[in-house]
Amino acid sequence: MEEKYAVLKNLQNKFGEKIKNIFWKNERRIYLEVELTDLPAVAQFLFFNQGLRFATASGIDTRQAIEILYHFSDDKTGKIITVRIYLRDKNKPEVASLAPYFKAAEWIEREIHEMLGVNFIGHPNLSHLLLRSDWPEGNCPLRQDKNHE
Amino acid sequence: MAIKDITRSLFVFHAALSPCNNCDIEILDALTPRYDLERFGIQLVGSVRHADVLLVTGIPNRKSIERFLRIYSQAPKPCLVVAVGTCPAGLGIFHDSYNVEKPFDQYVKVDAYIPGCPPKPEAIIAGIVKLIKVLRGEK
Amino acid sequence: MSENPRKETVIPVGPYHPLQEEPEFFRLHVDGEKVTKLDIEIGYNHRGIEKISESRHFDQVTFLVERICGICSTSHPFAYVNAMEDLAQIEIPERAKYIRTVIGEMERIHSHLLWLGLAGHFIGYNTVWMWSWKYREPVLDILEKITGNRQHYAMFKIGGVRRDIKKEDIPEIQQRMDELVPGLDLFARAVEDDPVIQARTRGVGILTKDDVINYCALGPTARASGLDIDVRRDDPYAAYPLIDWKVIVLEDGDVYAKILVRVWEMYESVKIIKQCLKVLEKISGPIEIEVKNIPPGEGIGRHEAPRGEVFHYVRSDGTNRPVRHKIRAPSYMNVFTNEKSVPGGTISDALITLGAVDPCYCCTERVQVVRNNNLEHFLENDLLKLSVEKTNNLRKHLTKNG
Repeated sequence: MEEKYAVLKNLQNKFGEKIKNIFWKNERRIYLEVELTDLPAVAQFLFFNQGLRFATASGIDTRQAIEILYHFSDDKTGKIITVRIYLRDKNKPEVASLAPYFKAAEWIEREIHEMLGVNFIGHPNLSHLLLRSDWPEGNCPLRQDKNHE
Repeated sequence: MAIKDITRSLFVFHAALSPCNNCDIEILDALTPRYDLERFGIQLVGSVRHADVLLVTGIPNRKSIERFLRIYSQAPKPCLVVAVGTCPAGLGIFHDSYNVEKPFDQYVKVDAYIPGCPPKPEAIIAGIVKLIKVLRGEK
Repeated sequence: MSENPRKETVIPVGPYHPLQEEPEFFRLHVDGEKVTKLDIEIGYNHRGIEKISESRHFDQVTFLVERICGICSTSHPFAYVNAMEDLAQIEIPERAKYIRTVIGEMERIHSHLLWLGLAGHFIGYNTVWMWSWKYREPVLDILEKITGNRQHYAMFKIGGVRRDIKKEDIPEIQQRMDELVPGLDLFARAVEDDPVIQARTRGVGILTKDDVINYCALGPTARASGLDIDVRRDDPYAAYPLIDWKVIVLEDGDVYAKILVRVWEMYESVKIIKQCLKVLEKISGPIEIEVKNIPPGEGIGRHEAPRGEVFHYVRSDGTNRPVRHKIRAPSYMNVFTNEKSVPGGTISDALITLGAVDPCYCCTERVQVVRNNNLEHFLENDLLKLSVEKTNNLRKHLTKNG
């Protein structure tokens, strides 16, 4: 069953070893990891080449790193492929923006930027989405190590 | 102009802070024929400058409270403030949100609370009618 | 300052509470009558719910997410419990599946009726508003009968549902569903036959299929532009794979198509509810399974809410609280598409175009229009007046020409 999923096979054929730690949670939820430098190419491949829909991205502050999970939905099969990256330099977390490729990424990157302090390189407008524009710089509500009040 | 005078026909302005919309929908529902707010002489107005009563819903988040206070300053006084729902009464489940500084009634004096999540249209009407009665000195 | 200073007006749009002196939600840049650009600013409703979720235990979170939005208040718990059941690999009992589906579809009906009313109001058909909300009331009555509340039903829990639908109540609910259909016929006919509604909505606010894919739009907004996606069919859950119903997809991508998708979806919802009730009359069994512990792990759950896919991601570390809870409502993707659909149209069409994606009502609060770099403040009623004026002019014109 798992061997037969074409999208994943195509991904692995294209990127080989760059697709790491593939985990089938169940037959509709797949998690995999890539280096942050490989993210743009993988995301574009899934979106344009394989026709997956970008559902959203989840940013998490963990002790070791800032994780960002990009959730791509394969509406033809109901599966979700979640691409995980680790931003290990928590003082300067940054990754290439996906907004230049598809509009759907624009807002969520702004949100992750203001909530977690991640810089999305190449984003057309990395201003606050939800928080007031005069919200204190560096005070990121979803960072575990910041005090906010 | 005394408060008693304005209770004859009440112009109500719906001021949403940061609501989930349930209370807003129930307020609008109170306008529809089944509940019919208008038979009490209560009318929803489109401008705060014509308002006698502000119906407030939602929690005061940092963006929305700013604009509310500006609105409030434009309302002709006397202007009554009615907190509709649990949120403006005391924040409810949002009491520990980082985007809220303090409960609504610490910004502005509230004249009546209509609790509920959301309060049914009947409760909203009952609350406003009660307020009118109290203002008229009836009991 | 450019060579040819463009005339741009600021028009605030807000259905019921125009708080117009503030940085508004939508800013329309206008040249004459045409909208040239749309700026969108959100955040007025940001309550920090994802963070609050981290300090609640899993069962409390269900009540928390209900209050994200009052209109689709079942959709968030639905997606959330799906996420938790994905995380912990829980299979819920048969009866619970059907009950969840009934509640989900009732919500769809009441939400679409609510929206129909607002849409009618936006183009000056207040009778549509009163009628659609009148038909909404019996649906809310049934929901109150089953759940105890007209909104915020508190029906969902991880592992099942909290209340049963009593077999003796089912005939009455079936009857109410049957009574709804003539009302739907009324709206379908009104929309399809009225030349003024046609003139106001056909060719207005078009989103192409490419736009919808680029913005990853969802729900009726996407399906009206030819994108055949629906979580209930694509990633099935609850009773959706067990009964017979279809996804409504249209091609034109205009406001008219968006209205029709919602009208016809309501018929499907009635179909779904009736089939579920038939099953619930026959089968017995528990409505929940007991869930003792949530293991560490990640779960993703989604639900096709009236506005589109609601997406929840939850991470657990084995304690009784989420480590992280990511929530993405469909309006988050859909509201952004206005950037495409509103410019190129006229100011009088702005209101209905913005409304056509059915944003969570609180998001449609206010709109600004920029003209001459002066922030002229219109009242919401002024923009509404423009829209109603257009309708009246069209009516006159159409009756004059037979």
